[in-house]
Amino acid sequence: MNISPDHFASPADPDTLSRLRHRLGLTAEAEGLLDVAYTTIDSPVGTLLLAATPKGLVRVAYDTEDHDRVLSTLSQRLSPRVLRAPRRLDAAARELDEYFGRQRRAFDLPLDLSLSSGFRQLVQRHLPEIGYGQTRTYRQVAELVGNPKAVRAVGTACAANPLPVVVPCHRVLRADGTPGGYVGGPDAKKALLSLEAAA
Amino acid sequence: MKQPFEKVVEQHGGTVLRVCRVILGVHDAEDAWSETFLAAMRAYPGLPDDANAEAWLVTIAHRKAIDVLRARKRQPAPVGKMPEAPTDLGVPGAGDGDLWQAVGALPEKQRQAVAYHYVAGLAYAEIAGILGGSTDAARRAAADGIKNLRKNYPGAATEGTPS
Repeated sequence: MNISPDHFASPADPDTLSRLRHRLGLTAEAEGLLDVAYTTIDSPVGTLLLAATPKGLVRVAYDTEDHDRVLSTLSQRLSPRVLRAPRRLDAAARELDEYFGRQRRAFDLPLDLSLSSGFRQLVQRHLPEIGYGQTRTYRQVAELVGNPKAVRAVGTACAANPLPVVVPCHRVLRADGTPGGYVGGPDAKKALLSLEAAA
Repeated sequence: MKQPFEKVVEQHGGTVLRVCRVILGVHDAEDAWSETFLAAMRAYPGLPDDANAEAWLVTIAHRKAIDVLRARKRQPAPVGKMPEAPTDLGVPGAGDGDLWQAVGALPEKQRQAVAYHYVAGLAYAEIAGILGGSTDAARRAAADGIKNLRKNYPGAATEGTPS
């Protein structure tokens, strides 16, 4: 007789495993082991990955960023205790839904900015001051953070924004009015700007 | 580089479930699975990057299963129902009840060796590390287990390789 793992498999395994994995997420959270929880949501700009530490939302990632790579980076930089556990992202998912449905103009979520530091983090902290439907140039943002010569560094800080959409780097444009680069690609940037303009 | 724990669950969750089932039967397998992955998640940051994750998980599952077996022995079996009754071991819908009965009837060491080698795919040296004892003893336990299964599992006669 050839004994193979298949002999011990059951047709019910996928259901059982998804139930067990769900339970693991809840228990890990209760035991304080869930360093990074994540989920994915559908949006008009594609599937978004949302990740949060116990401190708050730490990462929003576009499909084009490669979600597997994003998770590997989170595992390396924050903690390898990473699980798909949607519950911690419930509020963020709901607010993003409302935003894309034009029911929300500002996000009210605890944020964890620990993926960026120094000048980049300073810029990212100031970006929410650009209100819904408004835009600024890279130069204006440089002035806003008190470093008018750091135009290029502001561009880098926007490109490295770990929390796109929620921290509105899409509201920062080139001086000639063209959109400029964007972590989610130029189409996503235009889509967000027209969503806000139409409201 | 260490991958996110979610990937470990995704890659090895099924194998660990089957191993727990062979060692403990369906009834206790799910609790053992949960205990195993919770303990693994706790220890995961300290696991060397080049470690064999599956062998590591099976080692944890082995310890958790021993805890369950010990607890079972401490508790008197409910009247009229033996701890190793076939109903504890069958996989609903698997249609392989005889095999489960045969596996459940194996001595503990043989059942462990069969689970770790034939279900988890571990090498006998790794199994020796988990069970204690020599590599040869692990190989013997698995061989004896298979011999007993062949004797007691009627499906073996029709499903086996031609002799």
